[in-house]
Amino acid sequence: MKILIIGATSAIAKATARIYAERGQELFLIARNEEKLDALSADLTVRGAQRVGHAVVDLNKYRDHGKAIDAAFDFLATIDIALICHGSLPDQDASEINFKLAEREINTNGLSVISLLTILSPKLKQQGNGTIAVITSVAGDRGRASNFVYGAAKSMVSAYLQGMRGKLFPHKVHMVDIRPGLVDSPMTAHLKKGLLWSSPESIANKIVAGIAAGKHTLYAPGYWRVIMFVVRLIPEFIFKRLKF
Amino acid sequence: MEVYGWGRFPKASAELLEPVDSESLIKILTANKKIGPMIARGAGRSYGDSSLSANLISSRFLDSFLGLDEDAATIRCGAGVSLGSILKVCIPRGWFLPVLPGTKFVSVGGAIAADIHGKNHHLDGSFCEHVAEFTLLLASGEKVTCSAQQNTELFHATCGGMGLTGIILDATIKCERVSSVSIKQRSLVANTLSECFELLEANTDSKYSVAWLDCLAGGNKLGRSMIYLAQHDDNSDSIKEPKYKNRRRATVAFDMPAFLINKFTLGLFNDAYFNLKKKVHRESTVNYDTYFFPLDNIGNWNRLYGARGFLQYQFVLPLDTALEGISQVLFKVSGAGKGSFLSVLKKFGKANANLLSFPQPGYTLSLDFKREKSLFPLLDGLDEIVLAHGGKIYLAKDARMSESVFKAGYPEWEKFLETKLKVDPRGIFASLQSERIGLT
Repeated sequence: MKILIIGATSAIAKATARIYAERGQELFLIARNEEKLDALSADLTVRGAQRVGHAVVDLNKYRDHGKAIDAAFDFLATIDIALICHGSLPDQDASEINFKLAEREINTNGLSVISLLTILSPKLKQQGNGTIAVITSVAGDRGRASNFVYGAAKSMVSAYLQGMRGKLFPHKVHMVDIRPGLVDSPMTAHLKKGLLWSSPESIANKIVAGIAAGKHTLYAPGYWRVIMFVVRLIPEFIFKRLKF
Repeated sequence: MEVYGWGRFPKASAELLEPVDSESLIKILTANKKIGPMIARGAGRSYGDSSLSANLISSRFLDSFLGLDEDAATIRCGAGVSLGSILKVCIPRGWFLPVLPGTKFVSVGGAIAADIHGKNHHLDGSFCEHVAEFTLLLASGEKVTCSAQQNTELFHATCGGMGLTGIILDATIKCERVSSVSIKQRSLVANTLSECFELLEANTDSKYSVAWLDCLAGGNKLGRSMIYLAQHDDNSDSIKEPKYKNRRRATVAFDMPAFLINKFTLGLFNDAYFNLKKKVHRESTVNYDTYFFPLDNIGNWNRLYGARGFLQYQFVLPLDTALEGISQVLFKVSGAGKGSFLSVLKKFGKANANLLSFPQPGYTLSLDFKREKSLFPLLDGLDEIVLAHGGKIYLAKDARMSESVFKAGYPEWEKFLETKLKVDPRGIFASLQSERIGLT
């Protein structure tokens, strides 16, 4: 299989790439930091990847997206799975009163993903097969006082994916919306961890299995589907009083 | 946060730092503010307090492979990579790790720090004898490469040095080329301890050998054991197992009530085990995973001993005193009715030049005990027997030995301290264990 991973040096992406590498797949990685990309490429090669290529791109620069995807197609020729993983965790309090910050976070977590989808989807449509899997978040299921800039961006992507799934269905291109819960990774290093936290490795296992099974919306771990179902059911007049 | 080792005793509160790469690790070390004693922590598989300190430097994100040399069969990887991950890389190439402990979940850094051994120590020595080199981060923030040829003094202090010389960042491991990863095993029954010793002596040419011993059996059954001899199966076609196979693991999801582990239940278990195994003693071929890591398929098996945790007591005695000393230990343990599941007896080969490494020519026995108040006087008594017979206790398992017991068992401790002081003059690398046994 030929797999493109965007935001490849994030913890979940890395863990997922390792699983594909162990299975001897071909991988193309896109991320911002060249040193980290080189290290990850070496790691994946040792783990058994058939071939690993990469491109250094700052995903906040939309105009570079086309070139990056072209580089991926040049290397892989076709793409069976495109996994979009990049993101950042905003400082909620700062970004809700500072548009510059809010814009940057919504760009990174929302618009840059949509930019990539506009480039990837026609190519896969033309190919007539393939899966685009995007890591969104349970934070997009309902705007919460503690994290709604991030939630709004992720929610935008989820709605976009849902529509595009229908649009591309006749063309045998599948869209997977991956919604991890709380993940213990460098992105969340500053947060206190409790029972509901998962390791990037366990999320990666779910992602690989979920993509293979053709899931639409993949909560990882699965119990987040139940948690978020309950969270969505809470009447607003109560919800607005909750601080979580 | 609360941290503990595999034995879940002792428990300590510590600051857990998870540097994402060596640069952020160097920043921690060279930061101006004093953060107090620290120790590297890998998979947390040492049993006692070897990896406990006020500040823990996790090797969790040092988990990348850095390179591989097909011709030399060597693998270079970060200190946080587990031996299980290395096996996944090795096996498709027809390679194997030359030293494997009882679990594949240990990290490379931990394996070097404890200079771990396996069932083939009598032939192949300990883990560090297969380490081509490693990078050590010193207290000063300087990175040094250590090997048997380069920075030799530091190499021999760090191998088996329990993390007290610095933080291991990465290592190059020499793998072994094997014909197959299927293991052909043969079991033998010994009704007494001397019979067990004779069988182990007579089979030193067997690649892997280990005895499982019933430490609750007293009287004329003292030392009854099953001896497992094994080697790679040359005739097997299954050189390479399927590259990816997620075996479903059973997990002990909660702490078992400790009272379930008592001399009656354990006696029943051990009796049943021996009667069953006696009847089926014959040759069999098993997957390496089943052979080397039987307990890895039960997640959190340490919870079987209850919330109070357990202690593993592992010691080694020289060849000439081993039979007598181990008999005395078994006599004491079975008399107290405190032993537990099967204990492991193993013949060691040659010692190496590492200052604090555990293996030395002789026999090593490990015993598990659930933690209870009355256990500690018993273990103090065992210490006396071990010292009287010229032995020592394994640091990676220890949670309670005294400074004098340590220093008597490890005569090179002064030389070790000399080397440590050269690279860590302020003594920032320290564990609860090193403080207890007078190393820091």
